[in-house]
Order: sequence, then C-alpha cells, then structure tokens
Amino acid sequence: MKHARIAWAGAVHSAVEDGKQLRLADGTRLSEDEVVWLPPVQPGTIIALGINYADHKKELAKELTLSAKDEPLAFLKGPNALVGHRGRTRRPADASFMHYECELAVVIGRHAKRVKRADALAHVAGYTIANDYAIRDYLENWYRPNLRVKNRDGCTALGPWLVDAADVPDPHALGLRTFVNGELRQHGNTHDLIDDVPALIEYLSSFMTLSPGDIILTGTPEGVVNVKPGDEVVCEIDGLGRLLNTIVADGPA
Amino acid sequence: MNSTSGIRDALAIPVGRTAAEDRPLAAWRSISAFAPPPIATAYGTLLNHREALAALDDVVHQPPHKAPPKAPVLYIKPRHCLAGHGAAVEVPTDAQALEVGAQLGIVIGIEACRVREADALRHVAGYTLCSDLSVPHTSYYRPSLRYKARDGFLPLGPWVLAARHLPDPDALEVVVHIDGREAQRYSTAGMQRGVARLIAEVSDFMTLAPGDLLMLGAGPAAPLARAGQTVRISIGPIGTLEHRLVPESPA
Repeated sequence: MKHARIAWAGAVHSAVEDGKQLRLADGTRLSEDEVVWLPPVQPGTIIALGINYADHKKELAKELTLSAKDEPLAFLKGPNALVGHRGRTRRPADASFMHYECELAVVIGRHAKRVKRADALAHVAGYTIANDYAIRDYLENWYRPNLRVKNRDGCTALGPWLVDAADVPDPHALGLRTFVNGELRQHGNTHDLIDDVPALIEYLSSFMTLSPGDIILTGTPEGVVNVKPGDEVVCEIDGLGRLLNTIVADGPA
Repeated sequence: MNSTSGIRDALAIPVGRTAAEDRPLAAWRSISAFAPPPIATAYGTLLNHREALAALDDVVHQPPHKAPPKAPVLYIKPRHCLAGHGAAVEVPTDAQALEVGAQLGIVIGIEACRVREADALRHVAGYTLCSDLSVPHTSYYRPSLRYKARDGFLPLGPWVLAARHLPDPDALEVVVHIDGREAQRYSTAGMQRGVARLIAEVSDFMTLAPGDLLMLGAGPAAPLARAGQTVRISIGPIGTLEHRLVPESPA
C-alpha cells in the first residue's frame, strides 16, 4: 500500500493511494492537486549517503580528494530540510551550481542495533523518493558535504508516498530517473548501489541505534545538472511514484 | 524536593515567549540520573574557538582541507546521542578514550529564520551544558557518524537556564573536571562567532525551531576521558553537568 501525509481542509491527515486518487481514513476521496503533500513520514534521524553509486563517484572524481574506499560516507540532515511532493525549493541568489539528486529513501520501521545484513530488511517499514538538492558553490572541505550545502531549508524533497516494504520485493532492482521540464537528465538503477540497503543498515546500526521514522537516503547516480528558478524537477523510481518539485527564486515568495 | 519533581522541573524547558520557571534544583545531587532536556534537533559547531582552530596550524591549508573554514562548520548529533545528567556513556571497545567537547548549549525558544545578529538573542529560550563526546579524530574533511553520532554521545543538562538569567553568554568560564582533577578551563569570549552571530549565520540557511539545540563549540585542547572516569562540566551561572564513562557492553 502507498501512504501519504497531507494537509487538507484545515487539518493534517494520513491518506492512502486509491486508483488515481487519495483516500482519507474516513473514506473521503481527493485528487492529487487538491491537497498539500507533506513528507510521508514524520522524520526521526535523517541519514544521507554520499558517493554511493560507482558512476556518480566517477563523475565527481575531478573535484574530490578521493582516498581508498573504507567506509560509507554518511552525513545527517535536520527536519528543516524536508519538503513534500509538489513543494518548492529555493535557489539562493548567489548560487551558480545547484543540482538535484534522485535517491531511494529507506524508512526504518523497527529499532535496529547491531543488526546483521541477513536480518536488515526486516527493519524497513518502506521506501520513498528523495530529491536531495545540493548547492555546490558552498562546498567547503570541512565535514564535507557541509550543512550549508546539504541542510538548507526545503532542499530535500521527500515523497509522494511511503510504499510498504512488502510491496517492494527487491529494492535493488529499481530504475531511477530525473526529468527537468520533462526532459530526462538523470537515470540509474539501485542495483548499482555501492553499499546496498542491508549493508547500510548493518553499518549504521553497528554504532548507532536506528528507530522507526529514521530515514536513510541512499545516494544518487550520475547525471546531475544545474537547475534554475521555474524549473520543474521530477524524480521517479520504479514502483514508488513520481516526486515533483519546483525551483523558485530566493527571497520571500 | 523528591526526585520525581526534580526530573519534572528539569524537563520544564522554557519554549516560546513564556519562559517557564527553571531555577537550579537544590536537591539535584541526590538524583541518580536526569532525563535530558527535550531537544528537537541538536546541532554542533566545530572549531569555533579561535585557539582550537589556531592549534591546527598549517593543517588548515593542506589537503584535504586546503583552506580554513569560511562558514560555521556544523554537524548534527542524532536523537540517540542525547543523554541526561548522571548518564553512563559507553566507550567503544576500539577507542582508548573519548574527547570531551565541553561547551555551552543554546536552546532555541522562538523560531529563528534569517535573523539579524542584533535580534538573535531574542530567539534563545535558555542555556544548558553539553558534553559533546567524540572518538578522537584528526581529519575533519568528512563528517564522521562513527566517531560522533554514537548512542549516548551527548550528555546534556541538568536543566535549561532561562536566557533572562544569562544576559551575556559570551563571557562564561567553562571548567571541566575529570575524576575530580581540573582538565580544561576556557572562556566563551574566545569564540570566533559569539552566540548571537552564530545564530544569525546559521539561521541564514537553516531555520532553527523551538527546542533545537545549537552548541557554541568546544574550547581548545579538549580533554580526553577513559572508561571508568567521571566527567564534570561547570559553567558558573548555569550549574554542573556530570556523567560517567563505562566500557561498552558486549554485543
């Protein structure tokens, strides 16, 4: 089943997908464009992975100080970063390179501490789509990627749905695509993840407890290009849906 | 005062415009462990103290850093880091000791989005004590969850002192004792960015919400503590935070 959190008629509701519509708990049916889409889960800890696709690593190689691969590059994000489906993301006025990153997002459903790979997927509630924007102008080599690049308000779109893990039989065989104004600009497949979902849960839970509502953004494949105000960016993952986001200019709307 | 009311008072974090009464508790020493103040998201600031940055010397110009930091260098301590006064924090088996980043914690009371430095202190609910623990590491190129984000790695409290009791947070002496011996003493006057300026620069790109914690930054030469030792952090007007380090329990 696909679950959403939405605002409608002055209240926040949970909803499920019903054909091309949303159905609220009381049976009310609504179309996609008459609700405000919120991120599909109230986030706990948000963990993001950098450079987790071999092709993206190659794409970044020129500017990276690459060392031998030892452990996943993981960093954290705050809840301020999240924005739901059909949301807006601000491009800073002084940015010269802002790009999207289409990512498979894993939502934790059960506490996980020192979980082994073989048991890891039992701790997953479901999956959603993340578009984790970065503003490369602000990159500094201190706890890189630094929060000014990666933890800006509204720069991580999430949704539209939380899709139950039971409905995603193989999270490592999902095509990812990003369209900018309808044109395909990024594509990849989760079978190219360097550290796959069980590996990430095993690694993270080896030193920190994961809890329900925690979200792991698993990284993005190659094909990131600059986006500007007015651009409509759609991130699509097989079986999970299409996450729409619009870039807007800096400053108050 | 019994321990139940003590814990309740410690949780009475002032949020929003009406600050709760929050004076230190006379009986806190009789309480074995406090719950941490109910923090939303905990943000840390690396190398804010001028001497801490200066101690890196030419390393800041060498690869992989290549240049000193321009913006505040921030990190997040996830929710399972939070631990209360009196906590026993596990030292991982592969770490000889933990670095104790004793520092002032700024608790946000009113949402701060793109605030000016001159207005920033109005967004502060109060102040607390933070023991920001890390497995010691020498490279700051990559964020390290394995070194900084482990369960229990942020004891804080014992309470939040309302901001009105602390009009000048930029002239506080932070004193650390490990097993009763003084291990560090520094002043928040040495920060590159004081409380108001840090809030202004951070809120320029990320909104701080009521209940968020922004840590001002550790002092120079942060001390190390081993399993079996007790860490005590004091800032005169706020009080004293104490916790222990213990060996990691077997898997």
